[in-house]
Amino acid sequence: MLIRKAPDLRYSEITPKSLYLRRREFLQTAAGAAIGAAAAAAASPFAATVAAQQKGQGTGHGTKLANVKKSPLSTTGEKVTPFDDITSYNNFYEFGPYKEDPKENAWRLKPRPWTIQIDGFVEKKGTFGFDEFTQPYALEERVYRMRCVEAWSMVIPWVGIPLKDIIATYKPTSQAKYVEFVTAFNPAQMPGQSTRMLPWPYVEGLRLDEAMNPLAILAVGLYEETLPNQDGAPIRLVVPWKYGFKGVKSIARIRFVDYQPKNTWQVMTPNEYGFFANVNPNVDHPRWSQASERRIGEFLRRKTLPFNGYADQVASLYAGMDPKKLY
Amino acid sequence: MKPIVLLKRIIFAAALIPAAALVADAVRGELTANPIEYITHTTGDWAIRFLVITLAVTPIRRLTGWNPIIKLRRMLGLFSFFYATLHFLTWFVLDWFFDFRQMAADVAKRPFITLGMATFVMLLALAATSTQGSVRRMGRRWTQLHRLIYVAAVTALFHFWLARKTVVPQFQVVLVAAVLLLAFRAWWTLRTRTRAHAGASIAH
Repeated sequence: MLIRKAPDLRYSEITPKSLYLRRREFLQTAAGAAIGAAAAAAASPFAATVAAQQKGQGTGHGTKLANVKKSPLSTTGEKVTPFDDITSYNNFYEFGPYKEDPKENAWRLKPRPWTIQIDGFVEKKGTFGFDEFTQPYALEERVYRMRCVEAWSMVIPWVGIPLKDIIATYKPTSQAKYVEFVTAFNPAQMPGQSTRMLPWPYVEGLRLDEAMNPLAILAVGLYEETLPNQDGAPIRLVVPWKYGFKGVKSIARIRFVDYQPKNTWQVMTPNEYGFFANVNPNVDHPRWSQASERRIGEFLRRKTLPFNGYADQVASLYAGMDPKKLY
Repeated sequence: MKPIVLLKRIIFAAALIPAAALVADAVRGELTANPIEYITHTTGDWAIRFLVITLAVTPIRRLTGWNPIIKLRRMLGLFSFFYATLHFLTWFVLDWFFDFRQMAADVAKRPFITLGMATFVMLLALAATSTQGSVRRMGRRWTQLHRLIYVAAVTALFHFWLARKTVVPQFQVVLVAAVLLLAFRAWWTLRTRTRAHAGASIAH
């Protein structure tokens, strides 16, 4: 009885792929037609943006952000990764395990209305609407390198708010030693959460002094536009000296705690992922080397830098600690 | 034309579609933001799929009694080798760009690369001895050597499992199919042995 199932499984494996390839061709044709129509109408790029938003896609260009000031903390002298690459090649398992899944599925996420819950050892507890949460601060553009634990990297022009300013607003008490960030849990909007690929919701954490480092930001935008869903709308963590998985997306809760939070990948595979996850070319992942990386858009690998090139700003946080333990 | 000849031609053409689709993607600049990773995953996926499909030929033959289907087996196995070769060359040329020192270190140090390399070497041995001439020259040793396909299936699965950060759906499908096919093979071998024994005792 069991044996008869084998051919079924085999063909079910093949068919979706070929359908998938044909679907891509169809989309390609459709996109071509759309571009042709747009060109014929001499439409501005802005018109396309509005059209995408009206369809409720939320995975293309966002709305333009006003009054974004450039930050002296931005990384300079690096070629910035194109918008299309930053928004089509994502690890966001809430929308599927493959890199192209988030762009395809993230339209389901509704980034507004959005609330962020603040609790734990903090004076100003409560649940705050997105606007109330972000409005007190000036938005800054921060161009940062992003190094994924999978040994690829990008240079991303984030728009965000220094995390230390946000933390100051809510006034953690002396008992607060760590900050825990939790992604929204909503399987209807994030279909990956219906699977058991990872324990949900996604959790990440920082030591309080790491969170207070001037480089740490909560990003709300990309390329001076609101953050596309697949990049973690409406608000996400960016800590450029750590591997990308520390950058928890679509944050719904921030807790100030007195213990080291159990971040999701550490729970999932404790021998491969730790809490600190500082970029370190000298400590290999158990299954691959971290000595080099492929910058998206470049052919040859380049050398990975300690703390992803931000050692001057952050190395002092780890004085006296064994760097081998900071993976 | 005999049905099997027609079927063989159709499958031959169909088996080239994934490679053609990759070329088409490349021409249109649609290999994702990380083309090398995309090519690596796509060719690896198809190598292991064809390996599993190859394992299915004999069970289908035994279950249906349609013997001509065996004429597909070599071609399907060679397609697994074809995609495995593209997979290997992507790693060798595009990923590491002939950085022999780093590649040698990876093969020695990293179990998932070691398993991938071992699988490729096995498939290479099978492909090299896949001709009619080899079958004739090697006789019984040919059958023994070609049992390596079962070992290659297991090492390929481990390689796939270790290459990903978490269990992805594609892996589950290939795993279930391979386990069922290997189980069928084991069951069949056991059954024929038992029958042979039974037959022997009757003769006595």
